[in-house]
Amino acid sequence: MASTVETNSPPMQRVGHRSGFAMIIAVLRSLVVLGLLASLGGCGETVLSPIGPVGAAERTILLDAVAIMLAIVVPTIVATLAFAWWFRAGNSRARYLPTWQYSGQLELLVWSVPALVVLFLGGIAWISSHELDPAQPLTSTVKPAPQTLEVEVVSLDWKWLFIYPDQQLASINRLVVPTGVPLHLRVTSATVMNVFFVPRLGSEIYSMSGMATQLNLQADQPGTFPGLSANFSGDGFSDMAFTLEAVDSGKFAAWVTETKSAGDVLDDNAYRHLLRQSRNTQPYTYRAVDAGLFNRIVSMHLPAGYGPGGSPSTGER
Amino acid sequence: MSAADVSHAIGDSAPLGRGPEGHSHLDGDSQSTSAAGPAPRRIIVGYGFWIFLLSDIIMFSGFFATYAVLNGATNGGPGPAQLFDTTNVAIETACLLASSFACGMASLAVAERNRMWTQLSLLVTGLLGAAFLGLELKEFSGLVERGAGPTHSAFLSSFFTLVGCHGAHITAGLLWLGTMMAQFYAKGFRENIQHRFLCFSLFWHALDIIWIAIFSLVYLNGTRV
Amino acid sequence: MFGKLTWDAIPLDQPIPLGASALVALVMIGVLAWVFLKGYVPYLWREWITSVDHKRIGVMYCILALIMLLRGFIDALMMRSQQALAFHGPGYLPPEHYDQIFSAHGTIMIFFVAMPFVIGLMNFVIPLQLGVRDVAFPTMNSVSFWLTASGSFLVTISLVIGEFARTGWLAYPPLSELTYSPGVGVDYYLWALEISGVGTLMAGINMATTILKMRAPGLTYTRMPVFCWTSLASNLLIVAAFPILTAVLAMLLLDRYCDFHFFTNDAGGNPMMFVNLIWAWGHPEVYILILPAFGVFSEVIATFSGKPLFGYRSMIAATMAICILSFTVWLHHFFTMGAGGDVNAVFGILSMIIAIPTGVKIFNWLFTLYGGRVRYTASMCWSVGFMVTFVIGGMTGVLLAVPPADFVLHNSLFLVAHFHNVIIGGVLFGAFAGYQYWFPKAFGFTLDERLGKAAFWCWFVGFWVTFVPLYMLGLMGMTRRMQHYDRPEWYPWTLISMAGALLILCGIILQVAQLLVSIRTRDRRREPTGDPWDGRTLEWATPSPPPVFNFAVYPDVSGAEPYWGMKQKVRESLKWGDEPKYTAIEIPRNTPTGFVAGFFAAATGFALIWHIWWLVIVGLVGAYATFVVFAWRDVSEVEIPADEVARIDRANRAARGAALERQPA
Repeated sequence: MASTVETNSPPMQRVGHRSGFAMIIAVLRSLVVLGLLASLGGCGETVLSPIGPVGAAERTILLDAVAIMLAIVVPTIVATLAFAWWFRAGNSRARYLPTWQYSGQLELLVWSVPALVVLFLGGIAWISSHELDPAQPLTSTVKPAPQTLEVEVVSLDWKWLFIYPDQQLASINRLVVPTGVPLHLRVTSATVMNVFFVPRLGSEIYSMSGMATQLNLQADQPGTFPGLSANFSGDGFSDMAFTLEAVDSGKFAAWVTETKSAGDVLDDNAYRHLLRQSRNTQPYTYRAVDAGLFNRIVSMHLPAGYGPGGSPSTGER
Repeated sequence: MSAADVSHAIGDSAPLGRGPEGHSHLDGDSQSTSAAGPAPRRIIVGYGFWIFLLSDIIMFSGFFATYAVLNGATNGGPGPAQLFDTTNVAIETACLLASSFACGMASLAVAERNRMWTQLSLLVTGLLGAAFLGLELKEFSGLVERGAGPTHSAFLSSFFTLVGCHGAHITAGLLWLGTMMAQFYAKGFRENIQHRFLCFSLFWHALDIIWIAIFSLVYLNGTRV
Repeated sequence: MFGKLTWDAIPLDQPIPLGASALVALVMIGVLAWVFLKGYVPYLWREWITSVDHKRIGVMYCILALIMLLRGFIDALMMRSQQALAFHGPGYLPPEHYDQIFSAHGTIMIFFVAMPFVIGLMNFVIPLQLGVRDVAFPTMNSVSFWLTASGSFLVTISLVIGEFARTGWLAYPPLSELTYSPGVGVDYYLWALEISGVGTLMAGINMATTILKMRAPGLTYTRMPVFCWTSLASNLLIVAAFPILTAVLAMLLLDRYCDFHFFTNDAGGNPMMFVNLIWAWGHPEVYILILPAFGVFSEVIATFSGKPLFGYRSMIAATMAICILSFTVWLHHFFTMGAGGDVNAVFGILSMIIAIPTGVKIFNWLFTLYGGRVRYTASMCWSVGFMVTFVIGGMTGVLLAVPPADFVLHNSLFLVAHFHNVIIGGVLFGAFAGYQYWFPKAFGFTLDERLGKAAFWCWFVGFWVTFVPLYMLGLMGMTRRMQHYDRPEWYPWTLISMAGALLILCGIILQVAQLLVSIRTRDRRREPTGDPWDGRTLEWATPSPPPVFNFAVYPDVSGAEPYWGMKQKVRESLKWGDEPKYTAIEIPRNTPTGFVAGFFAAATGFALIWHIWWLVIVGLVGAYATFVVFAWRDVSEVEIPADEVARIDRANRAARGAALERQPA
């Protein structure tokens, strides 16, 4: 439990001009975290309890940014309420300054303080946008670095198809991954725009027809975690839930073997079946996948989803 | 206390309450505008119409941007180089430019209040505009016959829409032109009709400018070697 | 003959829409019958429907907004209750219906509540604050209103005949393309917005021209009230942004009607282009909404603090900075589309930069309070409530502007809470403050203060109770627009949120009560001088309600805060100036052009939706004919004789004189 509340503040020995400020930030961040966690009921399935490096970095940025901004927002709100109360008409003790409408010093302050905060946050935004860009491969601290697991993701109406090109198998609505291994996801859509999102893993990415977006993630803890689509895609949208199962490498290898021993083959025909709209699809797997299926989906050699018309020739009215 | 108490304003001297006409407004200087009260009607009408024209140019920018993004998406079909006939475009451009010139002539005739030359130059403006439109429709139908209609690819959709939007504006302009001719005929050169004609001529010239952008960015750019 | 329209279009098999339609139809027929039977039709036609007076048009815009607020809020109640009920169950709204409700909720709230409210206030107030008689193009003003009303008519009729879009309020393709949305819903959406969009664009041109070219003598730019400055910025944004909306919706219409391929999945279409264009409009749109609200707060806070607005020039600078910057940030609505580190970072930083001028404004309001003698009328309550609420909303906005934070919060209920935070806390609170503030000017009597304050507290507390749970749910991974879910930890929060919505409902009921009670007891609250709040700007120099010509003679403005300066002089000297020389005034003549244009627009829109082609032609011909008939009229003005002008002005002078005598020495 403590690990999720750990802060990155510098150790107490490093007393310097930064430490006072950093301590304030650390305190504010802890307060924010405690407040949020208290109200969120502890370690829930939240964005604030990530299980991987991407989510952890994003959580840090989130909390730091809030803490920095609270340093301005809280005094502003307090001052607003204070002035609103003190300068009420009934208060004869308050000074009335009926012509006071300009102060050069205050002008300087009100422009420069937000500007400094924005400068600081802007720096954070610049650096983190690059480091955490979804297409940026993850650097591993473990030697030898584990081999990246490639997964190809296709959003359909209204289910998720996960293709493992190296293992040559596929899964519907269930993404099994080994822990501690970087994942490289290529994401596309067979129909309308969706968003691939596992809140506890971190970043999400749009799935769009005719193109493949990329996402790099990693799960460091084993467990079952909910996933969903974060872009409304039609009447069956609420059924676009899937599960991410992170297991250790041994269990993952076992799952691969088991999956390849039973189930259908995902060839072009089976894929066209998937193009029909369906809801509430229970997870299942395919024991084999046609090579290059994902690329054919992206390049639109295979048709797009059929929509409510149910057949490839819709588009007529 | 009412505003009347403290206003022995310059504004008082405009008995019709529409604002003083006497001060220098032609320079459009904001100080003299506000020093003298609301601007005269002609300035207000022209200014408002200019703002409309700017908004229309922004709408065209949306179509231009879309064309720029989509003009490579030919869906395996023909692209700009195969489809555009620059000779035809040159003739269309000549028609439109001449039409603008005729419209300029009409502005002079209106200022002179010369009925015959007004109607004549407006007619020429209209005929040249109609010629432009005819050539454009011929181009479009030719493309459709060749199997390069707007339903075939994103490039063609964006081309037909951009150029077609301009053509739709020309059509609306011709309708407006006809109405103006009828108004001049029936009501003469009354001030507010002159204001409307000012707007029409601004509109017509602006369409010319947009056409220049179209033939440069779409036709010339698309067919360059 | 009727295109695609058949009896199947009426939802006879769906009890909820059927019931709702029946209720709406009953209310409408009831109101119309009452109006007709009481003989109000000639009055309404003569004085309101054909009016080109900016004050009347402004009031009609606000009435439209308030009525549509009820419709949009009912949608919100249905959404909250569905989510509170749909844990491990289907709730009571099937997806087909729920999807229409949240799409209608967003569309109505932005286009038919917030926009008309803001445009209505600007319409009413700006000519009065500028010391002139009307806007630049009064007839076009009427056309703008009726086109907006046509759009809202189409959205309303979709409840009864056919269906509404099921795509969300921005109708992203490919979902909104024919393949995935073959019904008429998206067509209702598109035509309603295209039609009302034309109206809005015309209003923007009208207001911008008015502010830039029509001001009382001596009213230079730096003597204009801040409300006029923020309205100028907002209208310039309308002129620059709405054409983009027109273009992109036209492209989607071409895809759906003519088999074009702008945004389809096949033939090279690019749905990302839609997303870019719609947000290139969409971001300036929210600034179009918020800037006039900022202007309202500037007026209200200064007036009720009894001192001038602090930092006038930096307010102007901040306003124009926001105006320009709002065009540079649109990508922050889709950081998660994979644009890359450089692009995301640049747009993120630009989005944060907007927080600087916004912060400056908040501080200026804060220092206006400082050293003031603050009178807590309902408008002032809304203003302080705004200051506290909006900074939190702004904070969450800057948070979402950091791309990696957005990577986990995009499209979640955290986002939904953020934008409601700024739109309700900013735009709606501002609109309500303006409504309370300028109601006496429009109608000659104030609104009941107690009910107004009670309504404020219900809204304020209700807002927080509704949306803090949504912030939490977003952090817990709940995305927006879910019709059902099965995560138990989300359930209690949806219940709390529902309770908050019920509190807001109490606020709305109190506001309706306030209006009814105030009308009933209006004689007790009449304010004869026209200046109930001891105002500082020129609109308070007119009687309440102002005569059709606003000012008997143009005010001669000298010095900043022109009206305040005038008042102080009179108070100190206890002397009136001489009566001015009254002359006849010509005002623009009322015309049914706007109403008829709106009628044909609605008919054309309906016909296009249902593919009734002959009616489309009739509608277009009719619209053109309306324009020609209007252009053909010879008499465009009505003269108000000098004695009439004199009579009205003398009555006001007498009332103000009496108040002056009564004031303590």
